[in-house]
Amino acid sequence: MWDYSDKVKEHFFTPKNAGAVADANAVGEVGSISCGDALRLTLKVNPETEVIEESGFQTFGCGSAIASSSVLTEIIKGMTLDEALKVTNQDIAAQLDGLPPEKMHCSVMGREALQAAVANYRGEEWKDDHEEGALICKCFAIDAVMIEEMIWANKLRTVEDVTNFTKAGGGCAACHEDIEAILEKVLAEKGEKFDPTAAPVEKVEVEKVKTPLTNLQRIKKIEEVLTSLRPQLMADGGDVELVEVIDNTAYVNMTGACNGCQMAAMTIAGIQQRLMEVLGEFIRVVPASEMKKLVNIQGAGHA
Amino acid sequence: MPDIYLDNNATTKVDPAVVDVMIPFFLEQYGNPSSIHKFADGVAKALKKARGQVQELIGAEHDSEIIFTSCGTESDSTAILSAIKAQPNRKEIITTTVEHAAILNLCENLEKEGYTIHRLPVDKCGRLNLEAYKKMLSDQVAIVSVMWANNETGTIFPIVEMAEMANAAGVMFHTDAVQAVGKIPMMLQDTKIDMLSISGHKLHAPKGIGVLYLRRGTRYRPLLRGGHQERGRRAGTENTASIVGLGRACELALEHMEYENVQVKAMRDRLERGIIEQIPNSFITGDLNNRLPNTTDIAFEYIEGEAILMLLNKAGIAASSGSACTSGSLEPSHVMRAMQIPYTAAHGTIRFSFSRYNTMSEVDEVLKVMPDIVAVLRKLSPYWDSVTNEPVANPEAAFTPTFK
Repeated sequence: MWDYSDKVKEHFFTPKNAGAVADANAVGEVGSISCGDALRLTLKVNPETEVIEESGFQTFGCGSAIASSSVLTEIIKGMTLDEALKVTNQDIAAQLDGLPPEKMHCSVMGREALQAAVANYRGEEWKDDHEEGALICKCFAIDAVMIEEMIWANKLRTVEDVTNFTKAGGGCAACHEDIEAILEKVLAEKGEKFDPTAAPVEKVEVEKVKTPLTNLQRIKKIEEVLTSLRPQLMADGGDVELVEVIDNTAYVNMTGACNGCQMAAMTIAGIQQRLMEVLGEFIRVVPASEMKKLVNIQGAGHA
Repeated sequence: MPDIYLDNNATTKVDPAVVDVMIPFFLEQYGNPSSIHKFADGVAKALKKARGQVQELIGAEHDSEIIFTSCGTESDSTAILSAIKAQPNRKEIITTTVEHAAILNLCENLEKEGYTIHRLPVDKCGRLNLEAYKKMLSDQVAIVSVMWANNETGTIFPIVEMAEMANAAGVMFHTDAVQAVGKIPMMLQDTKIDMLSISGHKLHAPKGIGVLYLRRGTRYRPLLRGGHQERGRRAGTENTASIVGLGRACELALEHMEYENVQVKAMRDRLERGIIEQIPNSFITGDLNNRLPNTTDIAFEYIEGEAILMLLNKAGIAASSGSACTSGSLEPSHVMRAMQIPYTAAHGTIRFSFSRYNTMSEVDEVLKVMPDIVAVLRKLSPYWDSVTNEPVANPEAAFTPTFK
């Protein structure tokens, strides 16, 4: 059985806001083909303030689908519609103390039901723009559709390329056979042949530098490295921004999908690794959220 | 009440009598059966005895037709890969849409290598069409591989007849019988079955031991080459303790064959009748007239299987489901899809599989909790009207989610 957190179990065994809201004025109905789950979210929105006063769910689905629905209705109660639209599937998963990678789509379904309900309230038509494929990389939760798209878009040719651009296969490596099969298929569609010995496509290489560096040189170099890594992060719907460099510590803001993602820690570790390779010196990468305290203490010292 | 185990098609408890005969082969007779000293002098004899016990259960003509392997999957792979290697000019394989992954994924892989795979469909009751099968048989077919009984529904296929048809067409026949061996009587020497797979842990032997039955004279190429073990047909030092355990388990299965088909079947029948009578919108899947005595697979409409299992587990009851979310892959059960069970029912299928260790009072306990579990989940379901306690009128039209 899945390794569910206590939070998931709690929301499954004693779901909150189960059932349809009476006289609801916003309804969102979505389903996930990949597992057959489906969810109807009903909201009672105050027409004056656009505040969600009541929310209820009806779910045909597994334990984590029910738990995701339950926690979603709790999160959005009392929010305005605009605030609610900012709720991401990572927020839903985080409230549940995480979901197994295979079950992240349950949280996606929750977010989409919310978007559909808001669209319904506003008289708009909601369309889902993202397609879901079979889960290939379980370490980083990357599906086949995403890998195929990246192969097409970036002319990828090897497993290493796929890992560089999507992270898929960068963990336990057990999915490399599946990635090769996808490469074979896509390359055949392009009229090419998969060659496991092919050289990886050229990455935006940042030249290594000789130490020691001045702080200005260091910052410029760090910016270059982040620029080279950006396409990969943006493919995941995220981004990174350099906030400050103090001694050998770089403070960064992980934004978009990276923010709150359980993989953020691994991404930061990856950035740090790359920076050390290029700078040729030890550097620590730390989320900017941890910087405030430090600056305050330093500021206090100067006063 | 202690926990109730109704997932015996997944795996079984090792019979204490089996454990007893195994222990000496860990602690005393741990010598390599190929060695000539007193740590090994009882081992070869014990292996021979176990071989005889397996032979007896399946009615093989010779004990040398029994090859010990590591599991059912190894036996399946060995059988199919042997057939295609021994007959390189035959590039087709016949199987069914409802096989175990051990066969389906291997065939899918062979398809990529250029083999043509014929997958026999099943009807809504899970039955094969033998006319269609007959038309597929030709001198291009390397092997037919059809399971004896389906692991999800317990549906039994007409294996003896199908083996005869293959034999008449000059085609090799293999059956994955891991669910059938020990539950239904068989006499292989009277059949045209060339190869058959057994898995120890499905019949109260330990995990990690299997058998490939190989009819004498069947053309064969080993999967593992190396030492002379199993007459060179499966190299690798013998898993002596488990082989001895499997032998004893086969002996016990033969002794309990009647019990399995009378008492165990009675428990199964009482459970499924009780559920169908008490719970509206539930039905049994598979071929009700041709089923293993220990298996029932029941669809509960408009709710999902993993959720049912979690509530059952909380009540101390272990079963399994054909729903998408319970398989590691998130794929809905291919068996339910093959039988064209609508997805609002396929996702709510629960398999209860019994063994001789179950009791009637356990059946009563399940019958006590099951109606409430289904009711609780239906209350949450968008397809269910909790006021009238029945499906909403025209469920497929009343709830039409945007699917992605």
